[in-house]
Amino acid sequence: MACMSITRDEVAHLARLARISLSDAELDHLAPQLDQIITAVAQVQEVAADGIPPTSHATGLENVYRDDVPVPCLTPEAALDQAPAVEQQRFRVPRILGEG
Amino acid sequence: MTTDTLVPFAEAMERYEPVIGLETHVELGTRTKMFCGCTTLFGAPPNSQVCPVCLGLPGSLPVVNRVAIEYTIRIGLALNCAIAGWCRFARKNYFYPDMPKNFQISQYDEPLCTNGWLDVPVGDRVVRVGIERVHLEEDTGKSLHVGGATGRIHGADYSLVDYNRAGIPLVEIVTKPVDGTGAAAPEVARAYVTELRDLVRGLGVSDVRMEEGSLRCDVNTSLAPRGSGRWGTRTETKNVNSLRSVERAVRFEIERQAAVLDSAGRVIQETRHFHEDSGTTTSGRSKEEAQDYRYFPEPDLVPVAPSAQWVEEIRAALPEAPSARRERLQRDWGLPEAEITALSNVGALDLVAETVAAGASPDGARKWWLGELARQANDAGVELADLAITPAQVARIAELVAAGTLNDRLARAVIDAVLAGEGDPDDVVAARGLGVVSDDAVLLAAVDAAIAAKPDVAAKVREGKVSAVGPLVGAVMQATGGQADAARVRELILERLTGS
Amino acid sequence: MTELIRMTAAELSAALVNGEVSATEVTQAHLDRIAAVDGRVHAFLHVAADSALAQAGVIDARRRAGEALGPLAGVPVAVKDVFTTIGMPTTCGSRILEGWHPPYDATITRRLKQAGAIIVGKTNMDEFAMGSSTENSAYGPSRNPWDLDRIPGGSSGGSAAAVAAYEAPLAIGTDTGGSIRQPAAVCGIVGTKPTYGGSSRYGVVAFASSLDTPGPFGRTVLDTALLHEAISGHDPCDSTSIDAPVPPVVAAARQGDVSGMRIGVVTDLSGEGYQPGVLSRFAEAVELLESLGAKVTEVSCPHFRYALPAYYLIAPSECSSNLARFDAMRYGLRVGDDGVRDAEEVMALTREQGFGAEVKRRIILGAYALSSGYYDAYYGKAQQVRTLIIRDFDAAFAQVDVLVSPATPTTAFPIGERADDPMAMYLADLCTIPSDLAGNAAISVPCGLAPEDGLPVGLHVMAPALADDRLYRVAAAAEAALTGHWGQPLLTQARGLDS
Repeated sequence: MACMSITRDEVAHLARLARISLSDAELDHLAPQLDQIITAVAQVQEVAADGIPPTSHATGLENVYRDDVPVPCLTPEAALDQAPAVEQQRFRVPRILGEG
Repeated sequence: MTTDTLVPFAEAMERYEPVIGLETHVELGTRTKMFCGCTTLFGAPPNSQVCPVCLGLPGSLPVVNRVAIEYTIRIGLALNCAIAGWCRFARKNYFYPDMPKNFQISQYDEPLCTNGWLDVPVGDRVVRVGIERVHLEEDTGKSLHVGGATGRIHGADYSLVDYNRAGIPLVEIVTKPVDGTGAAAPEVARAYVTELRDLVRGLGVSDVRMEEGSLRCDVNTSLAPRGSGRWGTRTETKNVNSLRSVERAVRFEIERQAAVLDSAGRVIQETRHFHEDSGTTTSGRSKEEAQDYRYFPEPDLVPVAPSAQWVEEIRAALPEAPSARRERLQRDWGLPEAEITALSNVGALDLVAETVAAGASPDGARKWWLGELARQANDAGVELADLAITPAQVARIAELVAAGTLNDRLARAVIDAVLAGEGDPDDVVAARGLGVVSDDAVLLAAVDAAIAAKPDVAAKVREGKVSAVGPLVGAVMQATGGQADAARVRELILERLTGS
Repeated sequence: MTELIRMTAAELSAALVNGEVSATEVTQAHLDRIAAVDGRVHAFLHVAADSALAQAGVIDARRRAGEALGPLAGVPVAVKDVFTTIGMPTTCGSRILEGWHPPYDATITRRLKQAGAIIVGKTNMDEFAMGSSTENSAYGPSRNPWDLDRIPGGSSGGSAAAVAAYEAPLAIGTDTGGSIRQPAAVCGIVGTKPTYGGSSRYGVVAFASSLDTPGPFGRTVLDTALLHEAISGHDPCDSTSIDAPVPPVVAAARQGDVSGMRIGVVTDLSGEGYQPGVLSRFAEAVELLESLGAKVTEVSCPHFRYALPAYYLIAPSECSSNLARFDAMRYGLRVGDDGVRDAEEVMALTREQGFGAEVKRRIILGAYALSSGYYDAYYGKAQQVRTLIIRDFDAAFAQVDVLVSPATPTTAFPIGERADDPMAMYLADLCTIPSDLAGNAAISVPCGLAPEDGLPVGLHVMAPALADDRLYRVAAAAEAALTGHWGQPLLTQARGLDS
């Protein structure tokens, strides 16, 4: 089948969604590879799976909790130590556009 | 002011029917965060209550706070919800600097509580608001935007992020759409949030203070032509930070959307931002480019399956619901339902009940809360509950008045002092010498002075015109700085002048 | 006495306990070895010489003071650079974490320290554990001590190479799709993927959360078991950690008796794409086990052929979310912050420069598989296939005690051969992936050299979850018989570092 599983535009859209600014050259390189991969992984759709429950965890564990008791945390110095930029004991980040 | 065209509310309600919905976030008052053991104290220095987990450091993993689950079930039960026998957390994926992992651990299609309701007193009737779901998620950090004019995001040069709040448990309560309210929609919205707040506060799971952010509200509003039988496109309004704002936001959106529809326009499905100062909303993020959150079950956590036994234990320990409480107080105090509803509507019911519990009479408690204190709250633009005076203090003041130590005027002065932070009523009375002067010797001295200063008035009274005594009483009151008991003063003057 | 670096961890442990040698001497010998060969092997991204010697000194002092120490006290260990370690960088083989010094230790790092093991350094890996050759490391590939022009496997290639090059007797890696067992197989050493949840993921930088499993490497089955036991066990900091006793792996490794064990050969893990020499060495190993008293049958696991596509949907989906936190805001690389660009632009530029091609491929693939409209057909479907694979295992384990297959379809391929062919690279994990999806335990133990190229072949043994000890029973039996057959450990035939 010549039709693509994923187009270059879709790859560009997903890259934006994932906050990765791909160059045109990279897009040219990645898009066909991704198309090939997606076609291959789409094999899972061949499996008849009506009524088969999905597994997100193999362990079968449930109800794992901790008590509401304080545990010593990091000092602000340790928390901020590896930050690219710090001001007023806070993480300084470039301007944010738009409300979150 | 707004650049939007508006249709006056009454007119809009002639042509359109509103449907409202509310999404409320409650910050739980657990000692530690949702997924880690960091403390949750309000106002701590920035980034002093953080750890690898709530900072989302590479390699960190969440572990669920059992008490947060319990509190959420409490809320769900109080809202008459079904509690899931099995549910999971899910990742809501989006990028934002106040979210350390760039995904929020929340719940998606498997909320912990579903399908409940809350009966809300509105005016003299009760509106049943359906509850779609109650679920748990984690809060984000807080950003300071630096460089812009107002400290808001627009025009800022950069931001400073504090992650103390990141990871604090948040309960999201979503109503089903509320229709059939007609012109009462704004009022219903406000009443719902009020009732919800009182309910949650009574459960002891949160402070629910809107001004501190432990209760946050988004309001959805849509309009459709009257009788059309369908629903319009809804907008979501955020930044609604007080009960009054809830009402104003709905009202404004109705007026704005009516104008759009009148001009045959299309209401855009979007998020709008409420402005406290102008009572208007402006366009924020457009929901039409709806974010694809790519939800999937949180692989670092295992399912939550509260046992039936645990749920029953929580149910058995639930405190009295507000509606049951209202009925009980109505009986206990012998008041008509309308009085109780009125008290409830101004947020005074709990306060009055607590004041009675502290020893005041129901009438005494009501008098002060609905009178002087309501006036003070209104002047300051705050809710009754936010006044810096406790029910116990009010009860003490009522007690002092009943005992004759204070009269009403002095009581008001004491209230002022307590609100100003000068201490408890007894401390204020002592420090300021505000007690009613009850020493007859002191009073007689003032009486004699007043008689001497107004001989003609005194003469009239001696002649038998008792009603003329007013100015003499007034003079004594003035001389004692209003701290005399007016009735006693009158008695003493008459005794002096008529011998009886 | 044998040269210190040629001794096994068990032998070193005994010598340390007997006072024949000090931890400082052992550590220094290994640091010298690293200095001598790592320029060519490139197993290490960071050699922690100072802290290792300091730690060794402490161990020696405690032993002199008469303290009874555990079996790993004073034994050098290499740690894959995916585990957080205080005082040492943790890069995950990526530029985006270059120079990152985490403020906390992984639980496994803590357990190694508590056991007195000497962490000699952090090893190279495919970036964020994505790959089968370490060629995806931003710091250059590691090389196979059997032939320096060949890959040592991945993603834990550095750890495997370090052990195979005698730079450390023990190493820690992580296995998500085969990233311990495949490098072990192609480097001619032993590597185990414990039961998922049997070893803590706290402090393991996440690739695919429901699959990542920290595990041990060693040159012998017993060494691997000793390390397995030391790092395993419940961790309250990891919600997916199993609260059950560690299976008796060391006892099983010492016992190594397969008589009466039922062994199932997975027929689906064979055929086209499998190197003939690999298949023949595997078949011989199976015959050997039979001659030792095991009952061998053939077992079909029909859904195993869907394991690879299911894995390459589930793992990228989880990783696309796990790697979102690398956004230049709180730690790591920050690119393009010129005071004009906004946060989103800086994020996108940083991730563009900080991530390699394979990582970008998987992030985008994962975003695709989870996106609305595609979720059911891709991620959702893959999770259903996962259930079917678990059921295949359950049915198989109802009939047999362990399953076996080759560990990899081929021996170590040349560096560069598959680097730009992702699909070809993914095939390296054909045999190992099913166990990861099921959360079961599995081991690779050397079973000979392929006649075509003289390169190591791994025997892959799979056991049900929490039955990790069965792996060591079988592996120890095979190792003893084969080593007896060869006359010396297989690794002594590795020639890559000879010149």
